[in-house]
Amino acid sequence: MLDLLSLPFMQRALLAGLLVGATASYFGVFVVQRRMSFLGSGLAHAALGGVALGLFLDAEPLYVALPFTVLIALLIAWVRERTELGGDTAVGVFFSLSVAFGVVLLALKSEYTADAMAYLFGSILAVTPADLGAVALVAAVTLLLFPFWERWAYATFDRDLARADRLPVLFDDYLLTAMVAAVVVSAVKVVGILLVAAFLVIPAATARLFSRTFAQMTLLAVVLGVAGVIAGLIASYLYDVPSGATIILVESAFFLLGLLAVRKI
Amino acid sequence: MEFAVEFEDVSVRFGTYTALEGINLKVPAGAFVAIIGPNGAGKSTLLKLVLGLLRPSSGRVLVFGVPAPRAPAEWLGYVPQFKTLDRSFPALAIELVATGIRRRWPFRLSPVEREASLEALRRVRGEELAYRRLARLSGGELQRVYLARAFVRRPRLLLLDEPATGMDVLGEADMYRMLERYQREHDATVLMITHDWEAARHHATHVLVLNRRVIGFGPPERALSDECLRRAFGHVGHPHELSFSVGSRDA
Ligand SMILES: Nc1ncnc2c1ncn2[C@@H]1O[C@H](COP(=O)(O)OP(=O)(O)OP(=O)(O)O)[C@@H](O)[C@H]1O
Ligand SMILES: [Mg+2]
Repeated sequence: MLDLLSLPFMQRALLAGLLVGATASYFGVFVVQRRMSFLGSGLAHAALGGVALGLFLDAEPLYVALPFTVLIALLIAWVRERTELGGDTAVGVFFSLSVAFGVVLLALKSEYTADAMAYLFGSILAVTPADLGAVALVAAVTLLLFPFWERWAYATFDRDLARADRLPVLFDDYLLTAMVAAVVVSAVKVVGILLVAAFLVIPAATARLFSRTFAQMTLLAVVLGVAGVIAGLIASYLYDVPSGATIILVESAFFLLGLLAVRKI
Repeated sequence: MEFAVEFEDVSVRFGTYTALEGINLKVPAGAFVAIIGPNGAGKSTLLKLVLGLLRPSSGRVLVFGVPAPRAPAEWLGYVPQFKTLDRSFPALAIELVATGIRRRWPFRLSPVEREASLEALRRVRGEELAYRRLARLSGGELQRVYLARAFVRRPRLLLLDEPATGMDVLGEADMYRMLERYQREHDATVLMITHDWEAARHHATHVLVLNRRVIGFGPPERALSDECLRRAFGHVGHPHELSFSVGSRDA
Protein backbone atom coordinates (compact mmCIF):
# COMPACT_ATOMS: atom_id res chain seq x y z
CA MET A 1 0.00 0.00 0.00
CA LEU A 2 2.75 2.40 1.00
CA ASP A 3 4.80 1.83 -2.14
CA LEU A 4 1.61 2.69 -3.98
CA LEU A 5 1.79 6.17 -2.55
CA SER A 6 5.36 6.66 -3.71
CA LEU A 7 4.29 6.51 -7.35
CA PRO A 8 3.94 10.06 -8.71
CA PHE A 9 0.87 9.27 -10.81
CA MET A 10 -0.82 7.75 -7.78
CA GLN A 11 0.03 10.80 -5.67
CA ARG A 12 -1.50 13.03 -8.31
CA ALA A 13 -4.53 10.80 -8.55
CA LEU A 14 -5.10 10.85 -4.81
CA LEU A 15 -4.60 14.58 -4.47
CA ALA A 16 -6.89 15.34 -7.41
CA GLY A 17 -9.42 12.88 -6.05
CA LEU A 18 -9.41 14.41 -2.58
CA LEU A 19 -9.83 17.97 -3.85
CA VAL A 20 -12.53 17.04 -6.32
CA GLY A 21 -14.34 14.89 -3.75
CA ALA A 22 -14.42 17.77 -1.30
CA THR A 23 -15.47 20.54 -3.72
CA ALA A 24 -18.06 18.48 -5.59
CA SER A 25 -19.76 17.38 -2.37
CA TYR A 26 -19.63 20.93 -1.03
CA PHE A 27 -21.54 22.30 -4.01
CA GLY A 28 -23.62 19.14 -4.04
CA VAL A 29 -25.49 20.29 -0.93
CA PHE A 30 -26.76 23.34 -2.81
CA VAL A 31 -27.53 21.26 -5.89
CA VAL A 32 -29.57 18.86 -3.75
CA GLN A 33 -31.44 21.49 -1.74
CA ARG A 34 -32.18 23.60 -4.81
CA ARG A 35 -33.24 20.55 -6.78
CA MET A 36 -30.71 21.26 -9.51
CA SER A 37 -29.51 17.67 -10.04
CA PHE A 38 -30.53 17.81 -13.67
CA LEU A 39 -28.36 20.89 -14.12
CA GLY A 40 -25.41 18.87 -12.81
CA SER A 41 -25.89 16.12 -15.35
CA GLY A 42 -26.55 18.65 -18.11
CA LEU A 43 -23.32 20.46 -17.32
CA ALA A 44 -21.41 17.19 -17.39
CA HIS A 45 -22.60 16.70 -20.94
CA ALA A 46 -21.75 20.28 -21.79
CA ALA A 47 -18.27 19.48 -20.51
CA LEU A 48 -18.06 16.82 -23.22
CA GLY A 49 -18.43 19.56 -25.83
CA GLY A 50 -15.69 21.55 -24.09
CA VAL A 51 -13.31 18.58 -23.86
CA ALA A 52 -13.87 17.75 -27.51
CA LEU A 53 -13.16 21.35 -28.44
CA GLY A 54 -9.91 21.21 -26.43
CA LEU A 55 -8.83 17.97 -28.13
CA PHE A 56 -9.75 19.41 -31.50
CA LEU A 57 -7.64 22.52 -30.90
CA ASP A 58 -4.77 20.45 -29.52
CA ALA A 59 -5.01 22.45 -26.29
CA GLU A 60 -5.24 21.19 -22.70
CA PRO A 61 -8.80 19.79 -22.74
CA LEU A 62 -9.74 20.81 -19.18
CA TYR A 63 -8.58 24.38 -19.70
CA VAL A 64 -10.84 24.70 -22.72
CA ALA A 65 -13.70 22.78 -21.12
CA LEU A 66 -13.63 24.97 -18.02
CA PRO A 67 -14.57 28.31 -19.63
CA PHE A 68 -16.75 26.54 -22.21
CA THR A 69 -18.88 24.82 -19.58
CA VAL A 70 -19.05 27.87 -17.32
CA LEU A 71 -20.31 29.84 -20.33
CA ILE A 72 -22.97 27.23 -21.09
CA ALA A 73 -23.99 27.29 -17.42
CA LEU A 74 -24.39 31.06 -17.48
CA LEU A 75 -26.42 30.82 -20.69
CA ILE A 76 -28.71 28.27 -19.04
CA ALA A 77 -29.13 30.52 -16.00
CA TRP A 78 -29.84 33.48 -18.26
CA VAL A 79 -32.47 31.66 -20.31
CA ARG A 80 -34.11 30.39 -17.13
CA GLU A 81 -34.17 33.91 -15.74
CA ARG A 82 -35.33 35.69 -18.90
CA THR A 83 -37.99 33.34 -20.18
CA GLU A 84 -40.80 31.31 -18.71
CA LEU A 85 -39.14 28.12 -19.92
CA GLY A 86 -38.40 25.92 -16.95
CA GLY A 87 -34.78 25.45 -15.95
CA ASP A 88 -34.96 21.83 -17.08
CA THR A 89 -35.91 22.86 -20.63
CA ALA A 90 -33.01 25.29 -20.85
CA VAL A 91 -30.66 22.61 -19.55
CA GLY A 92 -32.04 20.07 -22.02
CA VAL A 93 -31.50 22.34 -25.01
CA PHE A 94 -27.93 23.37 -24.20
CA PHE A 95 -26.88 19.96 -23.04
CA SER A 96 -27.91 18.27 -26.32
CA LEU A 97 -26.37 21.11 -28.27
CA SER A 98 -22.99 20.67 -26.54
CA VAL A 99 -23.00 16.91 -26.94
CA ALA A 100 -23.82 17.22 -30.65
CA PHE A 101 -21.07 19.81 -31.02
CA GLY A 102 -18.59 17.51 -29.25
CA VAL A 103 -19.51 14.45 -31.30
CA VAL A 104 -19.02 16.33 -34.55
CA LEU A 105 -15.62 17.69 -33.46
CA LEU A 106 -14.46 14.25 -32.33
CA ALA A 107 -15.55 12.73 -35.62
CA LEU A 108 -13.54 15.34 -37.52
CA LYS A 109 -10.44 14.25 -35.64
CA SER A 110 -11.06 10.58 -35.25
CA GLU A 111 -7.64 9.76 -33.75
CA TYR A 112 -8.81 11.33 -30.48
CA THR A 113 -11.70 9.02 -29.82
CA ALA A 114 -9.60 6.95 -27.39
CA ASP A 115 -8.74 10.08 -25.38
CA ALA A 116 -12.38 11.02 -25.29
CA MET A 117 -13.13 7.67 -23.65
CA ALA A 118 -10.93 8.61 -20.70
CA TYR A 119 -13.20 11.62 -20.11
CA LEU A 120 -16.40 9.67 -20.55
CA PHE A 121 -15.61 7.06 -17.91
CA GLY A 122 -12.91 8.81 -15.94
CA SER A 123 -9.35 7.64 -15.75
CA ILE A 124 -7.79 8.92 -12.62
CA LEU A 125 -4.46 7.27 -13.26
CA ALA A 126 -4.19 9.46 -16.35
CA VAL A 127 -4.45 12.67 -14.30
CA THR A 128 -1.71 14.90 -15.71
CA PRO A 129 0.03 17.71 -13.80
CA ALA A 130 -2.02 20.13 -15.92
CA ASP A 131 -5.26 18.40 -14.88
CA LEU A 132 -4.19 18.61 -11.26
CA GLY A 133 -3.56 22.31 -11.79
CA ALA A 134 -7.14 22.82 -13.00
CA VAL A 135 -8.49 20.87 -10.04
CA ALA A 136 -6.38 22.88 -7.58
CA LEU A 137 -7.52 26.14 -9.16
CA VAL A 138 -11.19 25.25 -8.76
CA ALA A 139 -10.60 24.09 -5.19
CA ALA A 140 -8.78 27.33 -4.35
CA VAL A 141 -11.60 29.46 -5.75
CA THR A 142 -14.12 27.36 -3.80
CA LEU A 143 -12.23 28.05 -0.60
CA LEU A 144 -11.98 31.73 -1.42
CA LEU A 145 -15.73 31.87 -1.96
CA PHE A 146 -16.54 30.26 1.37
CA PRO A 147 -18.12 33.51 2.68
CA PHE A 148 -20.80 32.98 0.03
CA TRP A 149 -22.01 29.87 1.81
CA GLU A 150 -24.17 31.97 4.10
CA ARG A 151 -25.69 33.92 1.21
CA TRP A 152 -26.35 30.89 -0.97
CA ALA A 153 -27.81 29.05 2.01
CA TYR A 154 -30.11 31.96 2.85
CA ALA A 155 -31.45 32.21 -0.70
CA THR A 156 -31.78 28.43 -0.84
CA PHE A 157 -33.97 28.55 2.24
CA ASP A 158 -36.14 31.45 1.08
CA ARG A 159 -35.36 33.70 -1.87
CA ASP A 160 -37.73 36.46 -0.81
CA LEU A 161 -36.29 36.73 2.68
CA ALA A 162 -32.80 36.96 1.23
CA ARG A 163 -33.93 39.63 -1.23
CA ALA A 164 -35.71 41.58 1.47
CA ASP A 165 -32.39 41.55 3.33
CA ARG A 166 -30.84 43.17 0.26
CA LEU A 167 -28.77 40.22 -0.90
CA PRO A 168 -28.01 40.31 -4.65
CA VAL A 169 -29.75 36.98 -5.12
CA LEU A 170 -29.53 37.00 -8.90
CA PHE A 171 -25.79 37.61 -8.95
CA ASP A 172 -25.33 34.92 -6.31
CA ASP A 173 -27.32 32.46 -8.44
CA TYR A 174 -25.12 33.07 -11.45
CA LEU A 175 -22.01 32.65 -9.34
CA LEU A 176 -23.28 29.39 -7.87
CA THR A 177 -24.21 28.05 -11.29
CA ALA A 178 -20.77 28.99 -12.66
CA MET A 179 -19.03 27.27 -9.74
CA VAL A 180 -21.08 24.11 -10.16
CA ALA A 181 -19.99 24.08 -13.81
CA ALA A 182 -16.34 24.56 -12.87
CA VAL A 183 -16.49 21.77 -10.30
CA VAL A 184 -18.17 19.42 -12.74
CA VAL A 185 -15.40 19.99 -15.28
CA SER A 186 -12.66 19.58 -12.69
CA ALA A 187 -14.15 16.23 -11.66
CA VAL A 188 -14.47 14.86 -15.18
CA LYS A 189 -11.04 13.25 -15.36
CA VAL A 190 -11.55 11.54 -12.02
CA VAL A 191 -15.10 10.17 -12.28
CA GLY A 192 -16.00 10.64 -15.93
CA ILE A 193 -18.74 12.61 -17.65
CA LEU A 194 -21.27 9.83 -17.29
CA LEU A 195 -21.04 9.66 -13.51
CA VAL A 196 -20.13 13.17 -12.44
CA ALA A 197 -23.72 14.18 -11.66
CA ALA A 198 -24.00 11.31 -9.19
CA PHE A 199 -20.66 12.30 -7.73
CA LEU A 200 -22.06 15.76 -7.08
CA VAL A 201 -25.29 14.63 -5.48
CA ILE A 202 -24.86 11.33 -3.62
CA PRO A 203 -22.66 12.48 -0.69
CA ALA A 204 -24.99 15.44 -0.12
CA ALA A 205 -28.04 13.20 -0.25
CA THR A 206 -26.46 10.83 2.28
CA ALA A 207 -25.48 13.74 4.51
CA ARG A 208 -29.04 15.07 4.39
CA LEU A 209 -30.26 11.87 6.04
CA PHE A 210 -28.27 12.59 9.18
CA SER A 211 -28.24 16.37 9.46
CA ARG A 212 -30.30 18.68 11.63
CA THR A 213 -28.74 21.83 10.18
CA PHE A 214 -27.52 22.91 6.77
CA ALA A 215 -24.02 23.52 8.15
CA GLN A 216 -23.88 19.93 9.45
CA MET A 217 -25.10 18.67 6.10
CA THR A 218 -22.33 20.58 4.32
CA LEU A 219 -19.54 19.30 6.56
CA LEU A 220 -20.79 15.73 6.50
CA ALA A 221 -21.15 15.77 2.72
CA VAL A 222 -17.54 16.90 2.32
CA VAL A 223 -16.32 14.15 4.67
CA LEU A 224 -18.37 11.51 2.85
CA GLY A 225 -17.19 12.78 -0.54
CA VAL A 226 -13.55 12.56 0.47
CA ALA A 227 -13.98 9.14 2.10
CA GLY A 228 -15.75 7.83 -0.99
CA VAL A 229 -12.92 8.98 -3.22
CA ILE A 230 -10.21 7.39 -1.07
CA ALA A 231 -12.01 4.06 -0.72
CA GLY A 232 -13.04 4.09 -4.38
CA LEU A 233 -9.54 4.81 -5.64
CA ILE A 234 -7.99 2.03 -3.60
CA ALA A 235 -10.64 -0.40 -4.82
CA SER A 236 -10.11 0.76 -8.37
CA TYR A 237 -6.38 0.09 -8.10
CA LEU A 238 -6.75 -3.27 -6.40
CA TYR A 239 -9.33 -4.66 -8.82
CA ASP A 240 -8.07 -2.79 -11.86
CA VAL A 241 -11.46 -1.31 -12.81
CA PRO A 242 -12.33 2.31 -13.73
CA SER A 243 -11.99 4.70 -10.80
CA GLY A 244 -15.16 6.69 -11.46
CA ALA A 245 -17.33 3.62 -11.22
CA THR A 246 -15.75 2.35 -8.01
CA ILE A 247 -16.06 5.76 -6.35
CA ILE A 248 -19.74 5.99 -7.22
CA LEU A 249 -20.30 2.40 -6.03
CA VAL A 250 -18.70 3.20 -2.67
CA GLU A 251 -20.71 6.41 -2.32
CA SER A 252 -23.92 4.60 -3.23
CA ALA A 253 -23.14 1.98 -0.61
CA PHE A 254 -22.81 4.78 1.97
CA PHE A 255 -26.17 6.10 0.86
CA LEU A 256 -27.92 2.73 1.08
CA LEU A 257 -26.40 2.05 4.50
CA GLY A 258 -27.56 5.50 5.53
CA LEU A 259 -31.10 4.76 4.42
CA LEU A 260 -31.13 1.55 6.44
CA ALA A 261 -29.68 3.25 9.51
CA VAL A 262 -32.20 6.08 9.39
CA ARG A 263 -35.14 3.69 9.09
CA LYS A 264 -34.09 2.01 12.30
CA ILE A 265 -34.11 5.22 14.32
CA MET B 1 -45.21 64.81 11.02
CA GLU B 2 -42.94 61.92 10.20
CA PHE B 3 -44.26 59.28 7.81
CA ALA B 4 -43.18 55.66 8.02
CA VAL B 5 -44.49 54.83 4.57
CA GLU B 6 -45.57 57.02 1.66
CA PHE B 7 -47.11 55.91 -1.61
CA GLU B 8 -47.18 58.47 -4.40
CA ASP B 9 -49.42 57.56 -7.34
CA VAL B 10 -48.28 53.96 -7.27
CA SER B 11 -49.47 51.42 -9.80
CA VAL B 12 -48.36 47.83 -10.24
CA ARG B 13 -49.02 45.88 -13.42
CA PHE B 14 -48.24 42.24 -14.01
CA GLY B 15 -48.31 42.04 -17.79
CA THR B 16 -51.74 43.33 -18.72
CA TYR B 17 -53.20 42.78 -15.25
CA THR B 18 -53.31 45.80 -12.95
CA ALA B 19 -52.87 44.66 -9.36
CA LEU B 20 -52.69 48.13 -7.81
CA GLU B 21 -53.72 51.45 -9.29
CA GLY B 22 -53.23 55.06 -8.27
CA ILE B 23 -52.31 54.34 -4.66
CA ASN B 24 -51.72 57.48 -2.59
CA LEU B 25 -51.10 56.89 1.05
CA LYS B 26 -49.25 58.38 4.00
CA VAL B 27 -48.78 56.20 7.06
CA PRO B 28 -47.75 58.24 10.12
CA ALA B 29 -44.85 56.86 12.12
CA GLY B 30 -46.09 54.92 15.13
CA ALA B 31 -49.37 53.85 13.53
CA PHE B 32 -50.78 50.33 13.72
CA VAL B 33 -52.34 49.83 10.30
CA ALA B 34 -54.60 46.88 9.56
CA ILE B 35 -54.90 46.21 5.84
CA ILE B 36 -58.06 44.46 4.76
CA GLY B 37 -59.51 43.57 1.39
CA PRO B 38 -60.73 40.56 -0.58
CA ASN B 39 -58.41 37.89 -1.97
CA GLY B 40 -56.40 39.22 -4.88
CA ALA B 41 -56.93 42.83 -3.74
CA GLY B 42 -53.19 43.49 -3.89
CA LYS B 43 -52.50 43.45 -0.16
CA SER B 44 -49.40 41.27 -0.31
CA THR B 45 -48.27 43.18 -3.38
CA LEU B 46 -48.48 46.40 -1.37
CA LEU B 47 -46.26 44.98 1.39
CA LYS B 48 -43.75 43.73 -1.17
CA LEU B 49 -43.46 47.25 -2.52
CA VAL B 50 -42.59 48.52 0.95
CA LEU B 51 -40.04 45.72 1.34
CA GLY B 52 -38.46 46.65 -1.97
CA LEU B 53 -39.10 43.15 -3.34
CA LEU B 54 -41.16 44.63 -6.12
CA ARG B 55 -40.76 47.86 -8.11
CA PRO B 56 -43.87 49.86 -8.92
CA SER B 57 -44.74 50.16 -12.61
CA SER B 58 -45.24 53.84 -11.92
CA GLY B 59 -45.10 56.16 -8.94
CA ARG B 60 -42.86 55.75 -5.95
CA VAL B 61 -42.75 54.26 -2.47
CA LEU B 62 -40.84 55.87 0.41
CA VAL B 63 -39.92 54.27 3.71
CA PHE B 64 -39.04 56.88 6.32
CA GLY B 65 -38.30 59.20 3.42
CA VAL B 66 -36.01 56.76 1.61
CA PRO B 67 -36.95 55.02 -1.68
CA ALA B 68 -38.14 51.56 -0.63
CA PRO B 69 -35.46 49.38 -2.29
CA ARG B 70 -32.74 51.52 -0.68
CA ALA B 71 -34.17 51.52 2.83
CA PRO B 72 -31.81 49.60 5.13
CA ALA B 73 -32.96 46.03 5.73
CA GLU B 74 -32.53 46.43 9.48
CA TRP B 75 -35.44 48.86 9.55
CA LEU B 76 -37.83 46.20 8.33
CA GLY B 77 -39.22 43.19 10.16
CA TYR B 78 -41.15 40.98 7.74
CA VAL B 79 -43.40 38.02 8.31
CA PRO B 80 -44.33 36.56 4.89
CA GLN B 81 -47.82 35.29 4.11
CA PHE B 82 -47.33 31.79 2.89
CA LYS B 83 -44.58 30.22 4.82
CA THR B 84 -43.21 28.77 1.62
CA LEU B 85 -41.03 26.82 3.93
CA ASP B 86 -39.03 24.20 2.12
CA ARG B 87 -39.50 21.37 4.57
CA SER B 88 -36.58 19.48 3.10
CA PHE B 89 -34.16 22.22 4.20
CA PRO B 90 -32.42 21.09 7.40
CA ALA B 91 -32.65 23.89 9.95
CA LEU B 92 -33.37 24.64 13.58
CA ALA B 93 -35.83 27.31 14.63
CA ILE B 94 -33.09 29.36 16.29
CA GLU B 95 -31.16 29.55 13.01
CA LEU B 96 -34.13 31.10 11.25
CA VAL B 97 -34.55 33.60 14.08
CA ALA B 98 -30.84 34.46 13.87
CA THR B 99 -31.15 35.34 10.17
CA GLY B 100 -33.07 38.32 11.51
CA ILE B 101 -29.85 39.80 12.91
CA ARG B 102 -27.24 38.29 10.69
CA ARG B 103 -29.11 38.74 7.40
CA ARG B 104 -27.35 35.60 6.15
CA TRP B 105 -27.94 31.94 6.91
CA PRO B 106 -25.66 31.29 9.91
CA PHE B 107 -22.94 28.70 9.47
CA ARG B 108 -22.26 29.04 13.19
CA LEU B 109 -24.13 31.18 15.67
CA SER B 110 -22.06 33.57 17.71
CA PRO B 111 -22.87 33.70 21.44
CA VAL B 112 -24.36 37.16 20.97
CA GLU B 113 -26.62 35.99 18.15
CA ARG B 114 -27.65 32.96 20.15
CA GLU B 115 -28.58 35.05 23.18
CA ALA B 116 -30.48 37.64 21.13
CA SER B 117 -32.37 34.92 19.26
CA LEU B 118 -33.35 33.15 22.47
CA GLU B 119 -34.48 36.48 23.87
CA ALA B 120 -36.67 37.10 20.81
CA LEU B 121 -38.13 33.61 21.09
CA ARG B 122 -38.85 34.24 24.76
CA ARG B 123 -40.73 37.37 23.72
CA VAL B 124 -43.10 35.27 21.60
CA ARG B 125 -43.18 32.58 24.30
CA GLY B 126 -41.42 30.14 22.02
CA GLU B 127 -38.19 29.57 23.88
CA GLU B 128 -38.71 25.81 23.92
CA LEU B 129 -38.87 25.84 20.11
CA ALA B 130 -35.29 27.06 19.70
CA TYR B 131 -33.60 23.74 19.01
CA ARG B 132 -36.50 22.02 17.31
CA ARG B 133 -36.34 21.36 13.59
CA LEU B 134 -38.28 23.85 11.51
CA ALA B 135 -39.77 21.10 9.37
CA ARG B 136 -41.41 19.56 12.44
CA LEU B 137 -43.10 22.69 13.80
CA SER B 138 -46.86 23.17 13.65
CA GLY B 139 -48.31 26.10 11.71
CA GLY B 140 -48.87 28.21 14.82
CA GLU B 141 -45.40 27.45 16.21
CA LEU B 142 -43.85 28.38 12.90
CA GLN B 143 -45.72 31.71 12.96
CA ARG B 144 -44.21 32.50 16.32
CA VAL B 145 -40.72 31.67 15.07
CA TYR B 146 -41.18 34.02 12.10
CA LEU B 147 -42.48 36.68 14.46
CA ALA B 148 -39.39 36.27 16.67
CA ARG B 149 -37.26 36.60 13.55
CA ALA B 150 -38.99 39.89 12.74
CA PHE B 151 -38.58 41.20 16.31
CA VAL B 152 -34.95 40.22 16.82
CA ARG B 153 -33.53 42.96 14.62
CA ARG B 154 -35.58 45.61 16.43
CA PRO B 155 -37.13 47.05 13.28
CA ARG B 156 -38.83 50.45 13.06
CA LEU B 157 -41.41 48.99 10.73
CA LEU B 158 -43.13 45.63 11.07
CA LEU B 159 -44.65 44.18 7.90
CA LEU B 160 -46.92 41.29 8.74
CA ASP B 161 -48.78 39.34 6.09
CA GLU B 162 -51.66 37.53 7.80
CA PRO B 163 -49.60 36.72 10.88
CA ALA B 164 -52.49 35.19 12.82
CA THR B 165 -53.06 32.40 10.30
CA GLY B 166 -52.77 29.06 12.01
CA MET B 167 -52.82 30.48 15.53
CA ASP B 168 -55.37 29.40 18.09
CA VAL B 169 -57.54 31.99 19.85
CA LEU B 170 -55.19 32.35 22.81
CA GLY B 171 -52.16 32.48 20.57
CA GLU B 172 -53.77 35.25 18.58
CA ALA B 173 -54.62 37.35 21.62
CA ASP B 174 -51.08 36.76 22.76
CA MET B 175 -49.69 37.92 19.44
CA TYR B 176 -51.56 41.21 19.63
CA ARG B 177 -50.22 41.74 23.15
CA MET B 178 -46.69 41.06 21.90
CA LEU B 179 -47.13 43.44 18.99
CA GLU B 180 -48.53 46.20 21.14
CA ARG B 181 -45.74 45.77 23.67
CA TYR B 182 -43.08 45.81 20.99
CA GLN B 183 -44.64 48.89 19.48
CA ARG B 184 -44.70 50.68 22.83
CA GLU B 185 -41.11 49.80 23.65
CA HIS B 186 -39.59 50.58 20.26
CA ASP B 187 -41.86 53.27 18.91
CA ALA B 188 -42.44 51.09 15.88
CA THR B 189 -44.94 51.26 13.04
CA VAL B 190 -46.96 48.17 12.11
CA LEU B 191 -48.53 47.27 8.78
CA MET B 192 -50.56 44.11 9.21
CA ILE B 193 -52.67 42.32 6.63
CA THR B 194 -55.63 40.53 8.10
CA HIS B 195 -58.99 39.08 7.14
CA ASP B 196 -60.27 39.60 10.67
CA TRP B 197 -62.27 42.83 10.76
CA GLU B 198 -62.94 42.52 14.47
CA ALA B 199 -59.22 42.34 15.23
CA ALA B 200 -58.68 45.34 12.97
CA ARG B 201 -61.34 47.28 14.84
CA HIS B 202 -59.82 46.44 18.22
CA HIS B 203 -56.11 46.70 17.71
CA ALA B 204 -55.44 49.07 14.83
CA THR B 205 -55.07 52.83 14.95
CA HIS B 206 -55.73 52.95 11.20
CA VAL B 207 -57.48 50.63 8.79
CA LEU B 208 -56.67 50.51 5.08
CA VAL B 209 -59.45 49.01 2.99
CA LEU B 210 -57.94 47.94 -0.30
CA ASN B 211 -59.27 46.53 -3.50
CA ARG B 212 -56.72 47.34 -6.19
CA ARG B 213 -57.33 50.96 -5.14
CA VAL B 214 -57.55 52.60 -1.77
CA ILE B 215 -61.21 52.30 -0.79
CA GLY B 216 -60.76 53.82 2.61
CA PHE B 217 -58.00 54.79 5.00
CA GLY B 218 -58.37 56.20 8.46
CA PRO B 219 -59.46 55.36 11.98
CA PRO B 220 -61.21 51.97 12.19
CA GLU B 221 -64.70 53.34 12.79
CA ARG B 222 -64.49 55.45 9.63
CA ALA B 223 -62.64 53.04 7.33
CA LEU B 224 -64.78 50.10 8.37
CA SER B 225 -67.98 51.93 7.50
CA ASP B 226 -70.67 50.03 5.62
CA GLU B 227 -70.01 52.13 2.56
CA CYS B 228 -66.30 51.24 2.39
CA LEU B 229 -66.91 47.57 3.02
CA ARG B 230 -69.58 47.39 0.36
CA ARG B 231 -67.23 48.97 -2.14
CA ALA B 232 -64.40 46.62 -1.22
CA PHE B 233 -66.24 43.35 -0.77
CA GLY B 234 -69.55 43.90 -2.51
CA HIS B 235 -71.46 43.26 0.70
CA VAL B 236 -71.67 44.48 4.28
CA GLY B 237 -71.25 42.58 7.49
CA HIS B 238 -68.86 39.98 8.76
CA PRO B 239 -68.31 36.92 6.55
CA HIS B 240 -69.76 34.73 9.30
CA GLU B 241 -73.05 36.56 9.14
CA LEU B 242 -73.04 36.18 5.39
CA SER B 243 -72.71 32.39 5.46
CA PHE B 244 -75.43 32.27 8.12
CA SER B 245 -77.85 34.19 5.96
CA VAL B 246 -77.17 31.83 3.04
CA GLY B 247 -77.84 28.87 5.30
CA SER B 248 -81.08 30.31 6.67
CA ARG B 249 -82.46 30.92 3.20
CA ASP B 250 -82.14 27.22 2.46
CA ALA B 251 -84.00 26.34 5.64
N1 LIG C 1 -45.69 37.94 -9.66
C1 LIG C 1 -46.95 38.05 -10.10
N2 LIG C 1 -47.23 37.88 -11.41
C2 LIG C 1 -48.49 38.01 -11.86
N3 LIG C 1 -49.55 38.29 -11.10
C3 LIG C 1 -49.34 38.48 -9.80
C4 LIG C 1 -48.04 38.36 -9.22
N4 LIG C 1 -48.14 38.60 -7.89
C5 LIG C 1 -49.44 38.83 -7.66
N5 LIG C 1 -50.17 38.77 -8.80
C6 LIG C 1 -51.61 39.02 -8.92
O1 LIG C 1 -51.91 40.26 -8.32
C7 LIG C 1 -53.12 40.19 -7.62
C8 LIG C 1 -52.89 40.63 -6.18
O2 LIG C 1 -52.12 39.66 -5.51
P1 LIG C 1 -51.81 39.74 -3.96
O3 LIG C 1 -51.01 38.54 -3.61
O4 LIG C 1 -51.27 41.05 -3.66
O5 LIG C 1 -53.28 39.60 -3.34
P2 LIG C 1 -53.71 39.63 -1.83
O6 LIG C 1 -54.56 40.81 -1.64
O7 LIG C 1 -52.54 39.48 -0.95
O8 LIG C 1 -54.64 38.33 -1.76
P3 LIG C 1 -54.79 37.21 -0.59
O9 LIG C 1 -55.82 37.72 0.35
O10 LIG C 1 -55.32 36.03 -1.35
O11 LIG C 1 -53.47 36.98 0.00
C9 LIG C 1 -53.61 38.76 -7.73
O12 LIG C 1 -54.62 38.71 -8.73
C10 LIG C 1 -52.41 37.99 -8.16
O13 LIG C 1 -52.78 36.92 -8.99
MG1 LIG D 1 -51.78 38.04 0.25
